[in-house]
Amino acid sequence: MRKEVILAGFGGQGVMSIGKNLAEAGVEEGLEVSWVPSYGPEMRGGTANCTVILTDERIGAPLVDHPTEIVVMNRPSLAKFEPVLRPGGTAFVNSSMIPERVGRTDVRAVYVPCDEIAEKLGSPKVGNMVMLGAYVAATQVLKVETIEAMIHAMFTGRKADLVPMNLAAFHQGIACVTF
Amino acid sequence: MQKREIWKGSEAIAEAAIRAGCRCFFGYPITPQNEIPEYMSRMLPQAGGVFVQAESELAAINMVYGAAASGVRAMTSSSSPGISLKQEGISYLVGAQLPAVIVNVMRGGPGLGSIQPSQGDYYQATRGGGNGDYRTVTLAPATLQEAVDLMQDAFDIADTYRNPVMVLADGLIGQMMEPIVWQDRPGRSLPPKTWAAEGRRGRTHNNFVTSLYIGAEECEEHNLELNRKYAAMEANECRWEELMTEDAQLILVAFGTPARVAETAMRNLRQEGWNVGLLRPITLWPFPTARIRELAGKSHVKAFLDVEMNLGQMLDDVNLAVNGQRPVHFYGRCGGAVPHVSEVEQAAQKVLEEVQ
Repeated sequence: MRKEVILAGFGGQGVMSIGKNLAEAGVEEGLEVSWVPSYGPEMRGGTANCTVILTDERIGAPLVDHPTEIVVMNRPSLAKFEPVLRPGGTAFVNSSMIPERVGRTDVRAVYVPCDEIAEKLGSPKVGNMVMLGAYVAATQVLKVETIEAMIHAMFTGRKADLVPMNLAAFHQGIACVTF
Repeated sequence: MQKREIWKGSEAIAEAAIRAGCRCFFGYPITPQNEIPEYMSRMLPQAGGVFVQAESELAAINMVYGAAASGVRAMTSSSSPGISLKQEGISYLVGAQLPAVIVNVMRGGPGLGSIQPSQGDYYQATRGGGNGDYRTVTLAPATLQEAVDLMQDAFDIADTYRNPVMVLADGLIGQMMEPIVWQDRPGRSLPPKTWAAEGRRGRTHNNFVTSLYIGAEECEEHNLELNRKYAAMEANECRWEELMTEDAQLILVAFGTPARVAETAMRNLRQEGWNVGLLRPITLWPFPTARIRELAGKSHVKAFLDVEMNLGQMLDDVNLAVNGQRPVHFYGRCGGAVPHVSEVEQAAQKVLEEVQ
């Protein structure tokens, strides 16, 4: 098993943190993981991305030419990464922000209205949790319970009341995936 | 099994230094290693240590000189342009026989260059960018686990020889996250720091730390004494890792991030039936010259391909080691670009087809 994921979006959409969540959950489950951020002379409102590898083998190169999945939260990210997605791979598309459909026929597309779901739940901040749910459901590389435990561990003390909303966002993301 | 924790490279390096007993950190901010001083500013005082953000890189390296002279474990970190500014201080540390650790998280150069990963400072680290005949053991981690393990070793090597040690990472190692196991690594048994300028303490003489030997004769004698230490470092500290070199027709040579890229390229080429191996220097100085020369003399080895994030600096050392016995090829990206696996595969395949 080897998942090579590129996650991309505007700064603030939480793509770096979805990547970190995947990497942390991978460590919990005993996988080899790596997380590499794009960094550079970034512009406010510009596009950020990170590369995450989850595998049961030794990781060599932490950057990838052709990811097995792309997670795109905005239009420029789909335009940039759809062409490099590996044939047979999956594109996770935030359909709240991206009206276009995936044009390629040799890849699977999963459309997730992250922002709409987050709004309905009462916080635009949980859109990334919705997408995390969709990724976990569609790829089945990580256990749902691992992420649930992580969400509980992430929000403690005064922030503990954020747990139900994040769990709800995560599960609504799972529900977006049809097989 | 010990607990695996996920860490960011720069923060892991800083934490490893504290665990290795570093109690003084002096630095000046520069991307892509700001998380090292940031972490140190928060955590070092809690460990009973001292963090100072100096007014410049020159000040920082000279603060390291002062702290090291008192016998405390001291370090600084920076990225390429900042390390350039510290070269004078590094030469002085060697001259005054002071142990210290200098971490360089390399970015694109020359000059201010870029902030992305690079290995453009190989010459500077292994040849010395300061004045005089000097050497610094240079450690080049390729994973975060190795980076944290090497920090302990860096302080131990520095104290063993009373000589600064350079840890040469690149921006990618500094910025990425990977799981780490914090191992209890037994430190070396080290000589007491009887030379430290820490007060008279009942001695009949003052300990005096200097790199000034004003007479030619005494300065030559000083240089010869230092040279005996370099010889001991060469004899004792050389490290490298080999993967699948036993039957390799082509041996890739790479350090740091490009070694990871080369490893993936090697495994892909193996699956296609090509006999490719990898030799990864862990110490860039001392360089694994003898081992590469030995491999170059083996009948199954037909060629070498050196892969770097520069225009071919370690290439000189590979050529010196191979010494004309086999062709040595090069593939590099520079200025902040990281070589792609497919590019290394193509470069390797071209060489393999030539030697068939």
